[in-house]
Amino acid sequence: MMNLNHTAPIVENVFGISWLDFNLANVLMIAVSSAIVFILSVLASRRLQMKPTGLQNFMEWIVDFVKGIVNDTMDWKTGKMFLPLGLTLITYILVSNLLGVATVGVWGHDLWWKSPTADAGITLTLSAMVVVMTHFYGIKIQGTKHYLKGYVSPVPLMLPFKIIEEFTNTLTLGLRLFGNIYAGEVLLGLLVSLAMSGVLGFLGAAAPMIVWQGFSVFIGAIQAFVFTMLTMVYMSHKVSSDH
Amino acid sequence: MYSYIDVLTIGASVGGFRVGDMLTQLFFFLLLLFLVKKFAWGPVMNMMQKREEYVAGEIESAEKSRLDAEKASKEAAAQLKQTKQEAQKMIEDARMAGTTQQENIIAAARAEAEKIKQDAQADIQNEKEKALQALQDKVASLSVLIASKVIEKEISEQDQEKLINDYIKEAGEEL
Repeated sequence: MMNLNHTAPIVENVFGISWLDFNLANVLMIAVSSAIVFILSVLASRRLQMKPTGLQNFMEWIVDFVKGIVNDTMDWKTGKMFLPLGLTLITYILVSNLLGVATVGVWGHDLWWKSPTADAGITLTLSAMVVVMTHFYGIKIQGTKHYLKGYVSPVPLMLPFKIIEEFTNTLTLGLRLFGNIYAGEVLLGLLVSLAMSGVLGFLGAAAPMIVWQGFSVFIGAIQAFVFTMLTMVYMSHKVSSDH
Repeated sequence: MYSYIDVLTIGASVGGFRVGDMLTQLFFFLLLLFLVKKFAWGPVMNMMQKREEYVAGEIESAEKSRLDAEKASKEAAAQLKQTKQEAQKMIEDARMAGTTQQENIIAAARAEAEKIKQDAQADIQNEKEKALQALQDKVASLSVLIASKVIEKEISEQDQEKLINDYIKEAGEEL
């Protein structure tokens, strides 16, 4: 991205379908992030033992961390089925966020290597998927009747607000992640272009860039946590009987 | 589909929602979810579950063996107490037996002494009687001799002896 007038490797009308467009950079980075998460997870969970050592400790720490998030929002009996979802979300989003902070790649004029989560479409896909899942599990666990009753409680007047809430939840969940990561990449891009402008520019950009990269790592971790946390909050609204 | 990316001054990636990206993301995420659940988190969570159960089991068995040990120690204490009591009783018995024996021995010794004393007294009495008898005989014959000489009166030796015996008996009773 780093020269601000870099473009994206977009292919349009794939298979002659008018609405099917791809940003190949996103496709690449989604695949890369997924692969990294998968490989790291599998490598870290090899040779599991009763007495944990090394990476197994780390994996178990993550499990306990996400378990804590789930436990904060709902009781463990229903919550434990969402543990793999929370684990996958937090690791995938964290890796995606950090990819664009640590490394950036431009090929020709196109920006290829970046955070997949710096794209609103992708974060909204994730958030929409989460919200759809909450509805699915809401019906599955509480039953259709209880699920529908949730829209008109405590009073039927709430119905329009409840419906709007589902969409605002989706939007805020996705756009919060996108905004944070995209803003981070934009500022990082500005600093890089400043560094490329000359010796003085390089010297001037080095210190703020290190600071901003550190901060972006922090932001990336926080946003991964927030996304997972809110996912569990929305899920608990739908699957817990006290709502 | 026309993308308005090119007209934006900043950034390459903000833009319209490309359905292809979204489908890709959805597909990859669900695939990733399935794969890590099966190959990474599933085993890790299973292991944690197993450990939890193991720890719970260990705690339970430790509790059980603690109770067992407590029970055994109580039993041992009771047994020790009983043994002590038995030993005490034995000592008591032995002491009692000792005392009884001692008394028996003393009684026996006393009886023996008494018997010896009685024998000795009997002997003494016997000797005394013998001596008296001898004296009597002597006195009788002497008296006969004296009397026959002094009063010159002839009495039969038998009468004389009887007379003497009477006197001796009187004297003996007075003695």
